[in-house]
Amino acid sequence: MEKHQYTIVIFTENHIGLLNRVSIVFTRRHLNIDSITASESEIKGVYRYTIVLVTTEKQVKKVVSQIEKLVEVLRASYYLEDEVIHQEIALYKVESAGLANSNEVEKLVRYNNARILAIEPDYIVIEKTGYKAETQELFEKLEPFGVLQFVRSGRVALTKQRKELTSYLKEIDKASDKSDKIREWKLSNGNGASTAMWL
Amino acid sequence: MRGSMAVVQSLLAEHIEIIFGYPGGAIMPIYDDLMEYEDKIHHILVRHEQGAAHATQAYSQVSGKVGVCFGTSGPGATNLITGITNAQIDSVPMVVITAQVPSALIGTDAFQETDVMGLTMPITKWNAQVTMAEEIPETIAKAFYIAVSGRPGVVVIDITKDALLSELEFQYEKAPRIRSYFPYPDLKMENINQAADLINKSKKPLVLMGHGVLIGKAENIFKDFVERAELPVASTLLGLSAFPSSHKLFVGMLGMHGNYAPNIKTNEADLIIAIGMRFDDRVTGRISAYAKQAKIIHIEIDKSEINKNIEVDVAIHSDVKMALTALLPKIQANAHSDWLNEFRESDKIEYEKVIKKECLPEIGGIRQGEVIKVLSDKTKGHAILVTDVGQNQMMGARYFKFENPNSLITSGGLGTMGFGLPAAMGAAVWIKDRPVIAFLGDGGFQMTIQELGTIMQEKLPVKIVVVNNNFLGMVRQWQDLFNNKRYAATHMITPDFVKICEGYGIKGKKIEQREDLSQAIDEMLACQDAYFLEVMVEKEGNVFPMITPGSSVSEIVLE
Ligand SMILES: Cc1ncc(C[n+]2csc(CCOP(=O)(O)OP(=O)(O)O)c2C)c(N)n1
Repeated sequence: MEKHQYTIVIFTENHIGLLNRVSIVFTRRHLNIDSITASESEIKGVYRYTIVLVTTEKQVKKVVSQIEKLVEVLRASYYLEDEVIHQEIALYKVESAGLANSNEVEKLVRYNNARILAIEPDYIVIEKTGYKAETQELFEKLEPFGVLQFVRSGRVALTKQRKELTSYLKEIDKASDKSDKIREWKLSNGNGASTAMWL
Repeated sequence: MRGSMAVVQSLLAEHIEIIFGYPGGAIMPIYDDLMEYEDKIHHILVRHEQGAAHATQAYSQVSGKVGVCFGTSGPGATNLITGITNAQIDSVPMVVITAQVPSALIGTDAFQETDVMGLTMPITKWNAQVTMAEEIPETIAKAFYIAVSGRPGVVVIDITKDALLSELEFQYEKAPRIRSYFPYPDLKMENINQAADLINKSKKPLVLMGHGVLIGKAENIFKDFVERAELPVASTLLGLSAFPSSHKLFVGMLGMHGNYAPNIKTNEADLIIAIGMRFDDRVTGRISAYAKQAKIIHIEIDKSEINKNIEVDVAIHSDVKMALTALLPKIQANAHSDWLNEFRESDKIEYEKVIKKECLPEIGGIRQGEVIKVLSDKTKGHAILVTDVGQNQMMGARYFKFENPNSLITSGGLGTMGFGLPAAMGAAVWIKDRPVIAFLGDGGFQMTIQELGTIMQEKLPVKIVVVNNNFLGMVRQWQDLFNNKRYAATHMITPDFVKICEGYGIKGKKIEQREDLSQAIDEMLACQDAYFLEVMVEKEGNVFPMITPGSSVSEIVLE
């Protein structure tokens, strides 16, 4: 089966150790994660993980349903490259010595839509946001000037589809109501009221 | 009240009557408060925490109540690990409470500190660490709800000693709503209709009955369903006893050491109806040659199991009882007599080649199958059979005729040697009207033999049968079949078990002759107390039929 780059988006409750549980799903299957980021979403208390990896559709499907099964996960889904809008941010610390008598770096910054964050006597710090290939390209161009440090964030991604978290939460509410009803039905068909009884 | 009392009060609110466990420094406050309620909650002191976990699992399975066990921090918690893993992989609900060093010491490698959260994360349905007393009631309420609902599993709660010792105002709300957890999926009628259509049209249907039928308490509706359309019923190891073995539609066990007919017919059926099972590799054999000719319907509550190992045609993501209740009225009465007869024809072959020799041998040493047959006949299938792992387990599963739900307790997914004795002990705490028989190999018995002490102290009338072949039999069988009979590290000298039992005040007997078997078992069953019977069996007996590793179900061999 063909491998693709997938972006997995996971919405979760805030629970200590959940990130660990999520990553166990990958490590157990020996899957290498390319990047992972986590932050609070547009709804307070709901967290959003963005995970990027290269694998087959079959595998990503299984992984996502294993993740969705975790108690504190609200929803997990996966997307192909063209279904998301994504960016990464990169920072470059470049030696000033190499720049002394050239405006090359300034040009690079301008042509690559990067910006200078800090200018210090012996180094400057440049920031660029873009696709991984773009931040990589800038890195390679800066290298001859002496890159002292280079760091790139994980991918952050938004989905193109017109279905947002609020509507997922509504669906989840409905699913919970339904689940409660089935549970009550099972209780009334089974052994009575104690929650510690098998249903 | 203090945190440790809140633990006890929470358990009382859940009507918990039995706890298996072992004390230690960190958990002492809970034990101290538990003493106040000795009349309501009986604590059973095991001899090793592994035994507590296995006993709790079996208690949970036979009682239909969520079992609870306790362990202290550090080694108490690590000793529970095998039992937690075992229950989780076999979807048995269990709430495990461990105590932890004071929160200020967490992460410092303090005395008896271990990362219980990290250790149990991959082997639990849910786990939580409580560091504040006021979080105790809600966390325990969540634990019970999560453990038992949907696809059940194990929940571990790790409570720090300072939380146990600080004050809170106690309030308990059962089954609190958890926004991200909705364990019972909504049934999609279109899938039910598709399934009904396939079932009504099928000429050669085969039902694969799994543990989900028992977990979902769906035995009755399951029976109505298969009887309506006369569907042959094959069972997974853990599905056994959900449907009477004596029923005319029952065609036997699936898988590596299952019966001949259901395995070969898997690759001849035109429709497979898998109910509450997960197509484990021990059931499917080589997956690329599994039921390619058949349409497959899969009823399963855990979505991540659907299309995991086997791609199916109709997926019914649902509680089993719920799905069958919806499906039943759409099923037309039907008969598949020719198809059923085909199973019976294959049964004859298996009987001649395997069963007769195993269960009714006339020459050679006593066979394990023969012992099971006598046990099954004499109890008329009305016993709880608890097996260990290995040949004894396969013999028990193959030859005991189960009549009542949840009457086989065995370690399926993990295959844990040492499971049998403590599990039988846990079952015997609840079961009073039928014998609880532990059927063990000489290897497995010795892995948790110390629980004889618990059996003695609690006066549990467990009937312990050890089939002694002086070998780790199942491994020796593989060495026999695949390693040129090189019996590396499988020969085992055993001590005088009867004497050991005697030391524990348990009556016992050892037999070596076929003619003594029947009477010895009568004697054992007539005994009101615990009883130990050692049966010296054929040293190099093998379990057949067998789907050898890498073979397909239709390539099952009879000898
Ligand atoms: C804890 C554990 N260790 C090792 C094994 C591997 N194993 C599976 S069956 C078996 C042999 C069991 O021997 P015995 O208990 O004497 O039973 P028999 O097969 O002879 O009936 C072994 C070692 C296991 N299942 N569990």
